Amino acid sequence: MADNFFTEVKFPVGATELKVLKAGTGKPLLVFHGELGFPGPAKWMTALAEKRTLHIPLHPGYGKTPQANWIMDMRDLGNFYARFIREQKLAPVDVIGFSLGGWLAAEMATANSAQFGKMVLVGAAGLRPPSGEIMDMFTLTARNYLNANVADIHNAGDFSAMFGGEQTPTQYEEWEEARAETARIAWQPYMFTQSMANLLENVVGLPTLLVWGKQDKVVPLSVAELYKKQIAGAKLVTIDKCGHMPEVEQSAEFVKEVSAFLG
Amino acid sequence: MHIMWFTERAYHHVPEEEVLRRRSFFGVPNTFFDAAKGAVLLNQYLDEKIYTDELGFDGVMLNEHHGTPFCMGAVMDVEAAVLARATKRVKIVLLGNPIPTVANPLRLAEELAMIDMISGGRLVPGWVRGAGSEQLANNANPAYNREYFDEAHDLILAAWTKPGPFRWEGKHFHYRFVNPWVLPLQKPHPPIWIPGLISPETVKWCAAHKYPYVALATMLGPTLEMWDMYTTEAARHGYQAGPENFGYLQPIFVHETEEKADALGRNFLFGGGFANFARPEWMFPPGYNSKEATRRLAALYSNPNLPGKTLIPQHLHSLSDIAAIKKAVYDTYDGAKESLQIITGTPKSVIPKLRKVLEVLRPGIFSFWLDGPAPLADRMTCLKLLGTEVMPAVREIGKELGLKDPFEVAPGSRPLPSSGVAERVGSPAALAAL
Repeated sequence: MADNFFTEVKFPVGATELKVLKAGTGKPLLVFHGELGFPGPAKWMTALAEKRTLHIPLHPGYGKTPQANWIMDMRDLGNFYARFIREQKLAPVDVIGFSLGGWLAAEMATANSAQFGKMVLVGAAGLRPPSGEIMDMFTLTARNYLNANVADIHNAGDFSAMFGGEQTPTQYEEWEEARAETARIAWQPYMFTQSMANLLENVVGLPTLLVWGKQDKVVPLSVAELYKKQIAGAKLVTIDKCGHMPEVEQSAEFVKEVSAFLG
Repeated sequence: MHIMWFTERAYHHVPEEEVLRRRSFFGVPNTFFDAAKGAVLLNQYLDEKIYTDELGFDGVMLNEHHGTPFCMGAVMDVEAAVLARATKRVKIVLLGNPIPTVANPLRLAEELAMIDMISGGRLVPGWVRGAGSEQLANNANPAYNREYFDEAHDLILAAWTKPGPFRWEGKHFHYRFVNPWVLPLQKPHPPIWIPGLISPETVKWCAAHKYPYVALATMLGPTLEMWDMYTTEAARHGYQAGPENFGYLQPIFVHETEEKADALGRNFLFGGGFANFARPEWMFPPGYNSKEATRRLAALYSNPNLPGKTLIPQHLHSLSDIAAIKKAVYDTYDGAKESLQIITGTPKSVIPKLRKVLEVLRPGIFSFWLDGPAPLADRMTCLKLLGTEVMPAVREIGKELGLKDPFEVAPGSRPLPSSGVAERVGSPAALAAL
């Protein structure tokens, strides 16, 4: 992937200058990154960028976009992005959210599902698991948490190209920044909104695809099933030999499913 | 000089290998805890503290930790309440209450007010941010640790000093009626001291508030640097710092013979000692450190799976190496004694060593620290010798060196020299002479 794959654009959202990475061509696809921040360029991005213009905002406080002190929970962050979508006249925009980013998309859909065209939730947090628990990243090092994100660390697709090797001091600082901001908005209840299941009943007419790794150790499959039950018409795709990062561990199958859904 | 005594209230019956193989006291399952044995220990620890009162110590120091055999004093105020009634003269020095982990600071203000009233005005409260593991154990969001600390501090002082009832609509704490019907006996409020492990942010904060800073057994060189930082910051706030602004906690083991004292001191390294308090990922939960501190840590260990400060060499972390790990831990003992991080001996031999520490740091507050799984009789012997032979000598040295404590000279009351340039409190020359 070329170094100039992304163009970095800044948009003021209130007092905060939001940094957005843009790449590709075609209809916009809004991409919400997860709890460890933007992972850097990846194969799946190149593939999706062939038909869509990726808009990847770097969440406030995760290193690149400055922290917005008033954002203290997922509702706050969701409303920050609702303003961004309105002011940039993006609605209705297709959205894909990963893990914490999936929770963000779901939270925004409960507030105003009309701001989205289609929604893809990948290993999304946001719901209290009916069974199992969401893995607690805050009691682990960033590295150990990341390693637990894949089903098989020794055969994990693009994982070692993206995250392998010795951890650098810069990486440590970036992950610590992301972890700190995640703690600010997701400490308690950990990674979910108490009322999410009820609020999702009001999400109607929003085509939704749920993508989950069958061996996801971070957000249990029971969460996927509950999303499917609560969002009218939602479709669930599970991918075998795959943990919490289908886009990394099984990127070909991931791209195939997501492309088919987005059209 | 204000002379105190301190001990963690460790649960010594935890198998040492369980700590060593986890590289951490925090996180050892409490299935290893026997409340009957713990109850015996807790009462022994209280008896020791009551004995310090009889021996004529000026203060008895308590601290608080959660979820660890390192210290059972999970609710320090309960112990302080017992001591408030059971002792007559000694100051009850709490270093400190981990206020960011306290969900209800108003209740803490009430607890402390009651302790001060019951003790007849002998309370010295102090505040800490709490170790990283305390945030996990109490589910206190570490990303707001500083904000909780600042707001809880302001709220407690307001509860003690501002006529009620009043409302408190803060960022993190909200109250309709702040109107406690228990207030500290000491006016306007009890003296506040702050302990620390040489965090620059805390040192500067103490100087700004004129709170004495008590360094917890830190290395002498870096401690002296913190004294200088405090003194510079104090000058910025218009006053000259003095010995009354500083305290030091000194691990010390005294017995009738050198050999017995040496054996007692060795116990201080049980389980790896403080270096194995908690693993790095629990010591530094997300957002707990400032960005500056995170940058320092990133440089220290780019791989946080490896402990940065543990005594145990990194290549010895597999389960089968317990004996080697143990040996590595106890091999550090002689070095710790050489650098005066641990002092052992008979009363006669420890006094000159203590003089050296006092000459370097010149603290107005000084606390002896005894820890490690030793038989009660040995601990009581140590305590007795400290009280009857070492303490009087230390008091004389303190007089000779002019080490005034915060009860003799109010911290922040010394004017700056006419030159406007603050004078150093500690002595780098004495450090160089060691």
